[in-house]
Amino acid sequence: MTIAISIQNLVKTYANGFEALKGISLEVEQGDFFALLGPNGAGKSTTIGVISTLVNKTSGSVEVFGKNVDTHSYETKLDFGVVPQEVNFSQFEKVRDIVMTQAGYYGLPRKLAAERCEKYLRKLGLWEKRDERSRSLSGGMKRRLMIARALVHEPRLLILDEPTAGVDIELRRSMWEFLTEINENGTTIILTTHYLEEAEQLCRNIAIIDEGKIVENTSMRKLLKELDSQVYILETNAQVPAGFSLKQDNMLLNIIDENIIEVTVSGGQSVNSVFAEFSEADIKIDSMRNKTNRLEQLFMSKLEGNG
Amino acid sequence: MLTNHKYIAFETIVIKEVRRFARIWVQTLVPPAITIGLYFVIFGNLVGRRIGEMGGFQYMEFIVPGLIMMSVIQNSYSNVVSSFFSHKFQRSVEELLVSPVPNYIILSGFIVGGMARGLAVGTIVTLMSLFFADLEIQNLFITVSVVLLTSIVFALAGFINALFANSFDDISIIPTFVLTPLIYLGGVFYSVELLPPFWKLVSALNPIFYMVNTFRYGILGSSDVDIVWAFFILVVFIVVLFSSCIMLLRRGTGLRS
Repeated sequence: MTIAISIQNLVKTYANGFEALKGISLEVEQGDFFALLGPNGAGKSTTIGVISTLVNKTSGSVEVFGKNVDTHSYETKLDFGVVPQEVNFSQFEKVRDIVMTQAGYYGLPRKLAAERCEKYLRKLGLWEKRDERSRSLSGGMKRRLMIARALVHEPRLLILDEPTAGVDIELRRSMWEFLTEINENGTTIILTTHYLEEAEQLCRNIAIIDEGKIVENTSMRKLLKELDSQVYILETNAQVPAGFSLKQDNMLLNIIDENIIEVTVSGGQSVNSVFAEFSEADIKIDSMRNKTNRLEQLFMSKLEGNG
Repeated sequence: MLTNHKYIAFETIVIKEVRRFARIWVQTLVPPAITIGLYFVIFGNLVGRRIGEMGGFQYMEFIVPGLIMMSVIQNSYSNVVSSFFSHKFQRSVEELLVSPVPNYIILSGFIVGGMARGLAVGTIVTLMSLFFADLEIQNLFITVSVVLLTSIVFALAGFINALFANSFDDISIIPTFVLTPLIYLGGVFYSVELLPPFWKLVSALNPIFYMVNTFRYGILGSSDVDIVWAFFILVVFIVVLFSSCIMLLRRGTGLRS
């Protein structure tokens, strides 16, 4: 399996003495959809900054598709595209000019650049805005413009730093679909995000970074398996009788309201049995939802473990 | 990076720079033309008639080359410093830094952008001067080459200013407190022969003095300086400033944390 990105013992100490990265090591395989999670100030953006050469590292090495970013700057830069957290294009330029200029920086001939520009602006729903100045775009459109710009040279690796921060739910979902599509077409994606649901929905592998150290690096499936219980909120069509309990061992029932109950299901147990027992008591369940985001639970436990 | 890719990247930066100052022509091309036009009217025409001759020429003829050079110097410098600092301020410089464009191509693109504005304003001022004086260029090669080399020097200086600048105040300090005094004391309005020996010596330390006088030599055929020495100084400045810019870009000074 080809390694898309390999980070070894990466250390970054800023001029003010702040140690943002304390020797992190990480590998992301080609074709992966990889999440880098962490709280504010954990070192996510610094890691991306070092990969994209916007931050000078203190020590360590970064390789992109087997080539060192320091010694093979040209080849590695052709292989990745970066979508930063903050808007970083000129607010006075037109949408099309921003993408075309970026294509020019990568040496794309004008005809090919124009084709790619149209392709990605259309895919990201910005083609109609192509002749507008970028400052007139909404926040979500600006983020999509940065994605189009990062893809115009069709990199094998796309790095996104909090791409959906501050974006409404509908737009976030459409961006998820777009990212899933390009990942299925072969682009390796590394994503930092605060939205744990986003990582759970999109990513196959995950690393959690805290205080400049990797505290977890595993597959999403393995990580979620670590959960030994889940709490569901059930809404019933009738009042749950006082003293009602579940026959199953390791299932806790807590009546919150007349029609709302909380059920804790241990790992390995099926929720079908919960439905069966309510059905026997002639109580219909109208709706069911997970009380907490599963990944959020794990995330917090990992950070607490690190602290 | 392949040669044709480098050329496309270079061309992209130059087009972007030219498009930028052309888009805001009311701010970039008109004000210097008006300012220099006022110099022609007030100093050249009204005051100049009372002064009579300077360095063997009518005063208006004498100051025209200096004023053309002044506009080239100021605009080559200010185009690069304001454009590159704006890129830093808006963080759009990151578009360039994450791309595979080599540092010398980035630098060359901005230099040519600065030269384009400097020469555009210089051309406008030259055309305006034709309303006030008859210009007969005595040495076209020297005239063209000195104006090109001078605009390169000040475009490079503007680039260094932009790298170190952290605020918009920082990009106006050098033009106000260094560049303008050097230009005014560089023999634009007077011949160095009028100065006492001490101030003659001080003028000899001012690089702009050599540039203005060499340009004046190209147009009028008369100069206060040795032309070969002036070209040597220009080339040395270009080599030193270009090398410094490349070193600063490599280190990421003002660009990378």
